[in-house]
Order: sequence, then structure tokens, then C-alpha cells
Amino acid sequence: MKEKPLDPWPLGPSNPDKSHSDTAVSVTNLTRNFGDFVAVDNISLSVKKGEIFGFLGPNGAGKSTTIKMLCGLLMPSGGTGFVGGYDIVKQSEEIKRTIGYMSQKFSLYDDLTVEENIDFFSGIYGVPDGKKTGRKEWVLEMAELGDRKTNLTRTLPGGIKQRLALGCAILHEPPIIFLDEPTSGVDPISRRNFWNLIYEMSKSGTTTFVTTHYMDEAEYCNRLALIYRGRIIAHGTPGELKEDYMKRDVLEIEVNKVIEAMDILRMHDIETAIFGSSLHATLEDGDKAIPVIKRILEEARIEVGKIEKIIPSLEDVFVTLIETS
Amino acid sequence: MKLMRIKAIVKKEAIQILRDPLSLAMAFLMPVMLLFIFGYAITMDVDNLSTVVYDRDKSSMSREFIAEFRESRYFTIVGYAEKQADIDRYIDSGLARVAISIPEDFSKNMKTGRNAEIQVAVDGSDSNTATIALGYISAISELYSQRINKAPVTTFNSPHSGREGEVPRTLFVEGATGYPLAGVPLIVTPRMRVWYNPELKSRNFIVPGLIAVIMAIIAALLTSLTIAREWERGTMEQLISTPVKPPELIIGKLFTYFIIGLIDVLMSTLIGIYLFDVPLKGSPLLLMMLSSLFLFGGLSLGILISVVAKSQLIASQVSIIVSYLPALLLSGFMFSISNMPGPLQIVSYIIPARYFVTMLKAIYLKDSALNLLVFETVLLSIFGFLVFMIANRKFKKRIE
Repeated sequence: MKEKPLDPWPLGPSNPDKSHSDTAVSVTNLTRNFGDFVAVDNISLSVKKGEIFGFLGPNGAGKSTTIKMLCGLLMPSGGTGFVGGYDIVKQSEEIKRTIGYMSQKFSLYDDLTVEENIDFFSGIYGVPDGKKTGRKEWVLEMAELGDRKTNLTRTLPGGIKQRLALGCAILHEPPIIFLDEPTSGVDPISRRNFWNLIYEMSKSGTTTFVTTHYMDEAEYCNRLALIYRGRIIAHGTPGELKEDYMKRDVLEIEVNKVIEAMDILRMHDIETAIFGSSLHATLEDGDKAIPVIKRILEEARIEVGKIEKIIPSLEDVFVTLIETS
Repeated sequence: MKLMRIKAIVKKEAIQILRDPLSLAMAFLMPVMLLFIFGYAITMDVDNLSTVVYDRDKSSMSREFIAEFRESRYFTIVGYAEKQADIDRYIDSGLARVAISIPEDFSKNMKTGRNAEIQVAVDGSDSNTATIALGYISAISELYSQRINKAPVTTFNSPHSGREGEVPRTLFVEGATGYPLAGVPLIVTPRMRVWYNPELKSRNFIVPGLIAVIMAIIAALLTSLTIAREWERGTMEQLISTPVKPPELIIGKLFTYFIIGLIDVLMSTLIGIYLFDVPLKGSPLLLMMLSSLFLFGGLSLGILISVVAKSQLIASQVSIIVSYLPALLLSGFMFSISNMPGPLQIVSYIIPARYFVTMLKAIYLKDSALNLLVFETVLLSIFGFLVFMIANRKFKKRIE
């Protein structure tokens, strides 16, 4: 099937990925050590052009280290990687012209106003004079900051700051963007808005590599890789992950004492995790286990509400994968 | 290299400095404060020395002699002793730093044309002041005897002396008994000074040197924070992910602080002229040109420190150690380089403040032209260029 031509940016000519392959990011056996600690352990992955690629994992799993290596900010200890056709070891400066990067820590100047930050990064990215105003308007609109452009950045709420940071990182219309936990510490509505924005950009052909530890966000990605202790423990589309890795049933158990119930079930070798105010137990045969679990808990004087088989979420998949790895 | 990027950095730096009271104070208030503190504190002139007089002669001649001291601005007579013990009390308690004791036979000796001797005791705990005080006393005595046109008044040392290895609390004049003071080279020394500093004001040569020292500190300190601050705040991570080139970033930052540095030089010069009455004999244009050259090196040094240190605390401390101390001690500002031990003299060649102190003194006091300062200009240029290049090389767009 022939790819239809994409216009990634509504406000002017695009700055498309100049490499001819349809892979935006590819990594082979990438490793990074900090002293004796192996932060990223021999990972391999590839991201197709225009894809939203989610890089999932708990804090400290190696997500940021990987993203920094891909952006040419951190030298790998081993392995190879290509971003937009450029070598992450030898062509880091070429990569920096191709990408937009939004770091985990808010990294705009909070003593500058919204507009001054935009102008600064416009200058740094070399946005041509003719496009500057248009791009600025676009960022202000996207971050909903039109009426606050003379406010100091430090006075903005978290969600708006993140949108502004994203806006500044893509002023130059890069074909590939790297977002490191862009929604951490952001309220749910802002998170949703943020993802809508990523969708919009993806529709216009931008490749997005995004890390997160929010499992619900993983569902928004085209493809995922789960990283744990520096290793990729699973990858695929959200659907594939659920099918391939969740051959077992998940039960949702409502109890009054969540932690005690979890401890008791774990003593009986039942894989259990807390999900909000209830427990999820992962077992071979859910239907058979329901009466058993009910009995165990009631013997321990724990009130049991509803127990039912549910469709596993990615979070269930992830918890299972981590517990079995 | 893109001008657009440099412009963006200059603008950003300027906004950040103007918006931050602390940066502003450091950029514009600190040099003025240093100039005031040092300008008033460091002075080789000794004024109003508290003096006690023990007049045992009590003649019209001795009173006339005492009046010479009273009327000079160097001495303030704080008391008259009635006995030798009073002098000890005055000096020991710190009430007086100088004691002048006129013997009973003072007027008799003067009238008969014999050497009239006076005894002088000076508090030697500040040996610099003591030495200068002794010079003044000799000079006043000499002028007095010339005016009277009779026998010279000489000073002689008191019989007390400190034990060896002990800093003497009181320094006594090594007076040459019976030695006519007219021939003592005291009168020669001031005449040599008169050439470049006719008012004999130490401030006239202290202020130019001081400006050099202050600019050395300010230049290094200002820029030493700028890159370290970006690492600390996390903004550097964003910056190094962009296509900005190290020289663009460094030049952008240098330029902003360069303008501040030039304003500081201008302010210091004006304060020197209008507040300290230190005339600028030479060309203001040459002063600004050479200051620019010095600033380039000093600011680049700060950037280099900032690039290497990556922490504001370490960077500021290192910059004070490498700029302030050598500029103060080894530049020839406080201590003459030719009097330093050999190895220190060699070290002084790598201290840019050394050349700037020489330049400023030459422009201020002697109206020297550029052709007399070629050596200093060339060495400052080499220093600036080298440090700038090293800073550029050391700045890596990577996280270690």
C-alpha cells in the first residue's frame, strides 16, 4: 500500500524526516552503565515513522536514560542506535536538528514570560523570521496561553507549563519528538488534553516517543515497550500485549481491608495487586478460584463484596510481567 | 554559527539579569561597593595620627616646634605628658600611636648650634603606619630646623628594645644621633614620587589598581554562575538538546556580561574621578579598549570555570580563588612584583590582572599610549584567546 503524503504542520511547509526508510528510531543492544549500575541493559527496539511509541516502566527502570541516549544527550556504554537515520554515537548534533525533546524535569526558564520563552527557543531552533509569528501563535493557542503570554512562566499551573514546554520543544516542527514523562504530576483533564495534542501531531506524521508510568496512557499508544530494571520485558501493540502476556484470568475482588487481604492471598501463592480500593488476583482458572478465595478471606474475617472475572488492563499485564520477571 | 541564536541568547541573558535583583546587585552594586570599601580602607596616607607630647623643655622654642606637629594634618595631639610614665600609659592603652619627647636642653642646644635631639616612640604594631609616621616626623623636624636655620633637630631611638623573635609593641626611631638630617635621603624619596603623583596621594595609584582588581573579580564571578546555574536548574538539558553550538552559547553569554563589565568600568572610573578625586590623565578611549580586552579574558575565565564546575557554589568559590586572590596579591596592586620571591614573580606572569593593573596605572597616572603597553596588550590577548578556546572545547553538549 502506498503511503499517502502527510502534511504534519498546518502552519507551513513541513520538515520531514529525510531518511528514506520507514523507521524513525531503531536501537540494537543499547546499554548504559553508571559505574556498576546497569541503567539500560542491552535493549533493542524500533519505532516506525508517524507512530506513537510508548515506553513504559516504573520509576528508575531506565526510561529517561534511554530517551537521553536517543536524543544524543548521553553517550551509550554499548550498542547502536539510529534516530531519523543518524547515529546516536557519532551524529548527535544532526539528531538535535531533527528532534524535539521535552525532558522529565520542567526545563523552560521560569523567570522568563511565556512569550519570551517561545521567542528564545524560536531563535535557538532557528525558526525562520517569516514563520516565527505563526509558530508563536500556534504554541500560544495549543497551550491555551493567548491571554497569558506576558505572565512569568513560574506562575503557570503544571498542566499548562507542560503544554508550553511541549510547544517550545516543537517550535521547529521536528519530525520526531521525544517526551519524557510529559504528564507526570499533571491533573487528569490536562493529561487528556495533552494526549489529544499528541494524537493531532501523530495524525500529521510526527513520530512520538513517549515515556510514562501511567498505565492508562499506555492504551493511547500505537505500540509499547515495557522496561523494567533496564530490560525490555515485553513489547507490542496494547492488544498484543494483553493477548500474548495475559493467558491467565484476572479477578477483581472487593474487600474492606485491602492490604490484609492481599497479604493473606499472597501467603496462599495467589498473585495479587492493589487497584484502587479493590484487589486484582491473577490465576489460571478464575471461575474455579472464586469460591476458594472467598473462603480464604472470610476465614480471615475479611468482608468480601463482589468477586468477578474482568478483562485485564495493561496495568494487570504489567504487574504480572514484573512479578514473573 | 548563526547570529540569530546568539541574539536569542543575549536577549534571554539580559532579561534574566534585569529581572533578578541578586544578579543586578552583583553586576552593578558589588563593584561600586568594593570600590568604596577598598578605596577608603586601603590608603597609604597616614592622617591624624594620635600623638602625645612630653615637653620637658617648656620653652617658646619647644612650643613652636610642637606647633609644627599640631598644625600638620598628619598628627593630632591628644595629650601632653607630665612624666615619662604618662607616655607609656598613652601608648600602651592605644590612646596615642606616636609619642614625642622633647628633652630639657632642646632650646639650649638649638640656640648654641649644637644638635638638638628629640625622642620619638611609635606604636609599631602596624609597621606600615609606623614607618610612614617616622618619615613625617623626620620631615617636619628637618623643615623646622631649616626654617630656624640653626642646628638640626635629630631624632634618636629610645633605650628600650623588643626581645628577639618578638614583634615589638613599640617601634623606636632608628635616629642617627648627631647626624644632620639635611643629608638624609628622606627628601629625595618624595621628589621621585612627585613625577607621576604630584599630590603625593596614594589614592591616585590605588584607585586605578583597584579598578583592575575589582574588574578581575567581577568578570570571573559574573560569568562563573551563568552556565552552572543552567545545569542546576535543569534548563541546560533542554538547551543541549537543541542545535545550538557551544561557541554560540558562550559568545551570547559573554556578550551580555561584557556590556555589564564595560558599564562597571565606566562607573568605577567616574566614581574615581568625582568621588575620590583621582584624575584620569590618559585617554578614556584607550582605557575602555584595554578594559574590553581584559574583560574578554576575565569573562571567558568565568565561563570556563562554570563549564567545568557545573555547580554555582563551586564555581563562585573557584572563581574567587583564581581571580580575587591573585589579582589582589600577585598583580602588583598591593605588593610590588619586583620585591616578590623569584618563583612568585614567574607566577605573576600568568595572572591577567597583573597586566591590567600596569595598564590602568600607566593610563591614569602617566597618560601612556598604546605603544608603551604592547607587552601587556599582547599577553592579555593571548590569555583571553586561550581561555575562550578552552572554554569552548570543554563545553560538551552531553550529560556526563
